[in-house]
Amino acid sequence: MRFKTFSSPHMAPARSVNRVMGQVLLALIPGTAAMTWYFGWGVLINVSLAVTVALACEALMLLVRGRTLTPHITDLSAVLAGWLFALAVPPLTPWWVTLVGVGFAMVVAKHLYGGLGYNPFNPAMVGYVVVLISFPREMTLWLSPSVIAELNLSLPQTFAAIFAGTLPDGLTWDMITAATPLDRIQTGVGLAHPISEIQNSPFFGYLGGVGWEWIGLWFLVGGLWLLKRGVIGWQIPVAMLGTLTLLSGLFWLINPETYASPLFHVFSGAAILGAFFIATDPVSASTTPRGRLIFGAGVGALVFVIRTWGGYAEGVAFAVLLMNMMVPLIDHYTQPRVFGKTTAGKEG
Amino acid sequence: MTASSHTLWRFHGGVKLPDHKAESTTEPVAAAPLPQRLILPLRQHIGEAAVPVVKRGEHVKKGQLIARSDTYVGAHLHAPTSGRIALIGDQPVPHPSGLSAPSIVIEADGEDDWGDSRMPPIEDYRNIDPVKLRNRVRDAGIVGLGGAAFPSAVKLNPRPHQKIDTLVINGAECEPYITCDDMLMRTQAETVIAGMHLVRRALKPERCLIGIEDNKPEAIRAMTEALGGEERDNIRIVPIPSIYPTGGERQLVRVLTGREVPSEGLPADVGVVCHNVGTLAAIYRAVVLGEPLISRLVTVTGSGVHRPRNLQVYLGTPVADLIALAGGYTDDVERLIMGGPMMGFALASDAVPIIKGGNCIIAARAADVERPGPVMPCIRCGECVKACPAGLLPQQLYWFSRARDFDKAQEYSLFDCIECGCCAHVCPSNIPLVQYYRFAKNEIWSQERERRQAEAAKQRHELRRERLEREEREKAERMKRKQAAAQQTAPTADGGEDPKQAVIRAALARAQARKAEQAAQDTTAAAPASENDNENR
Repeated sequence: MRFKTFSSPHMAPARSVNRVMGQVLLALIPGTAAMTWYFGWGVLINVSLAVTVALACEALMLLVRGRTLTPHITDLSAVLAGWLFALAVPPLTPWWVTLVGVGFAMVVAKHLYGGLGYNPFNPAMVGYVVVLISFPREMTLWLSPSVIAELNLSLPQTFAAIFAGTLPDGLTWDMITAATPLDRIQTGVGLAHPISEIQNSPFFGYLGGVGWEWIGLWFLVGGLWLLKRGVIGWQIPVAMLGTLTLLSGLFWLINPETYASPLFHVFSGAAILGAFFIATDPVSASTTPRGRLIFGAGVGALVFVIRTWGGYAEGVAFAVLLMNMMVPLIDHYTQPRVFGKTTAGKEG
Repeated sequence: MTASSHTLWRFHGGVKLPDHKAESTTEPVAAAPLPQRLILPLRQHIGEAAVPVVKRGEHVKKGQLIARSDTYVGAHLHAPTSGRIALIGDQPVPHPSGLSAPSIVIEADGEDDWGDSRMPPIEDYRNIDPVKLRNRVRDAGIVGLGGAAFPSAVKLNPRPHQKIDTLVINGAECEPYITCDDMLMRTQAETVIAGMHLVRRALKPERCLIGIEDNKPEAIRAMTEALGGEERDNIRIVPIPSIYPTGGERQLVRVLTGREVPSEGLPADVGVVCHNVGTLAAIYRAVVLGEPLISRLVTVTGSGVHRPRNLQVYLGTPVADLIALAGGYTDDVERLIMGGPMMGFALASDAVPIIKGGNCIIAARAADVERPGPVMPCIRCGECVKACPAGLLPQQLYWFSRARDFDKAQEYSLFDCIECGCCAHVCPSNIPLVQYYRFAKNEIWSQERERRQAEAAKQRHELRRERLEREEREKAERMKRKQAAAQQTAPTADGGEDPKQAVIRAALARAQARKAEQAAQDTTAAAPASENDNENR
């Protein structure tokens, strides 16, 4: 009897890209739910819109590039990129901002570089930075969790706000939007107000800003689950949050009135989301174990530097993109020791 | 101290695999019947092929030497049964290439008669000296039966500077499905232990460590019993965690001793010699019973046969015979594998024979072997890095191999890859990584060959050019000398010159005389020179 031959190994692999991406998406659900709780329907509408745009762009680019739609359209990587973008922008972001951001992310940052696996930069963060720089006014439309909780905008009202830019009668944008806690700290410190005074306002909670701290905690739950499942490695989250804590702690000890506490840094903005879900994007992050430590530490340090001395209140997206640039260099110098070879015998 | 207190070490990476061992261990070991035709490839081992010492049509006895190997790394071949040499020529052999190779085909006479070809048993085997043991192992054609088929005699001959302090016995059997070592230890533990003592007495190591994966409790029990009261601090049965590829020689040495075999070295470089349990049993039979290596235990298993089991098989038995003994194929059998599912190779046909290193035949259904989805791009997730027991960066090697950047692939230690398949097994993108590494290695080897050939050709060309130049130069020099001689001898026509010069001078004189005669009618002046030239040729 004759058989077809194949190269070894002859055991079916246990994982798949869909499963990896699917698990990351599952892990995003608690944090996304918490965000929806504090910021209203806008979060869900943004996620749905961004995912739809991402899938449409993915399909379009696959056709343009002469590829088949499957398996790529179902690998969930586009869904993840859109979802992450939606979590990064304010909850009532106008629809066209999402369109431009996600479109740029998918078309330029992902597919023009060769599609899944070939993009040197994190697509969601490229899209976010593009809209952050292009539409600074729209990108500051963050809502105040306390105000939103009282107003309780309905689903149709939220739709109208996002797609038509209209608010219910009697409301103005100024009434519902508010600077993020990171913004307040940066502006306040810039005006030489002591931090204890800045934080003495209803916008701040126990760890970070009201609402934000809980969102951070729920993203942490999802992230820890990913760690436990072995979907992501521990190196990047630990190195990133560790470095952020260490640096902010050092400066906080020097002068707690000019520098915010490490807890505030970790539980504000996108630090946790970034550490577990954004910086860990395998395609654009470092791929060696030691390289991932350096990569994560670099992101953490840059986040602190940008937040403290930079022009933007939050620095996760910039930090990730800057470290993406360093990846080839990091990977080259962090090759693991090969079995049976001395470190001296080989660089790294 | 008891055996259980032995310190274990870890090697980086490895994977937990479903072991699929229970399928083939329920049936007792049976002897496969004598086949009608036995196909014996001349190269069943690492090293040069053996050279036939029998002729077609010749009748051979069981155990008779039929092909010998006189290179240091090589193994003799013996007739597994008595019969007639039907053919010496190319036959399909079990090899990843699927090609044919020179083989000896024996038509069995059914007598299975040893005649007098059994080697004389070594009576005083308890005090066997190393040289005698080595020669016997070599004469018996024994190779490593774990699968690699490296000539065992070589391993019994450490170089003078290699002080062997540890003998490692490999009973790990880490690949899924394979159970022949397990069954051997369960049923013939005494033989294995006796073989171990032979090797131990020859190599005189300080300690002897028998590594058995902890998923084989019965084998561990049987071996412990066989060792009896002899288990001391320096001979231990060590249960080791079942993590593939812990049975790889380098990995096992690491797990049991904490030592790392150097990248381009051998276990002997770190004071260790490692033998498989099956090899020890074969050594025992060769020394005490005088039997060369002519049969082996083979696992025939997989969901593609009805009755998985272990069989004692005559070397040269066609795989198809074993399949029949295992109840035949199921209807949906998809792939036939020799060796384990991780490192074994797919067979194109079941007409190929069992060879010395053939420990397992797996007939697999599609669901067991097929990749669950299409091949996707590498997403650099690094799972392969976590799994690689050689400490490599498989995703980078893949990248370089794919881009044919072979220099870079070698810089990233491509040749330290043991092709264990861990990386491909954990790859979420379904990339056949090992295939890329094999491709890259083959390309590098063939480039190296071409480079050497080109160098040889260049050298030949250079030599030829040099030779031509030298000849040219010598010719020119000869001419110069002769012309100089002619110029010197012409005016000074004294005696004592050599006869040749005299002849030339005479010719010159004749020519001059002729010239003088012709001077009136003719104006040709070149004659003396041309005549002189002609004579030189």
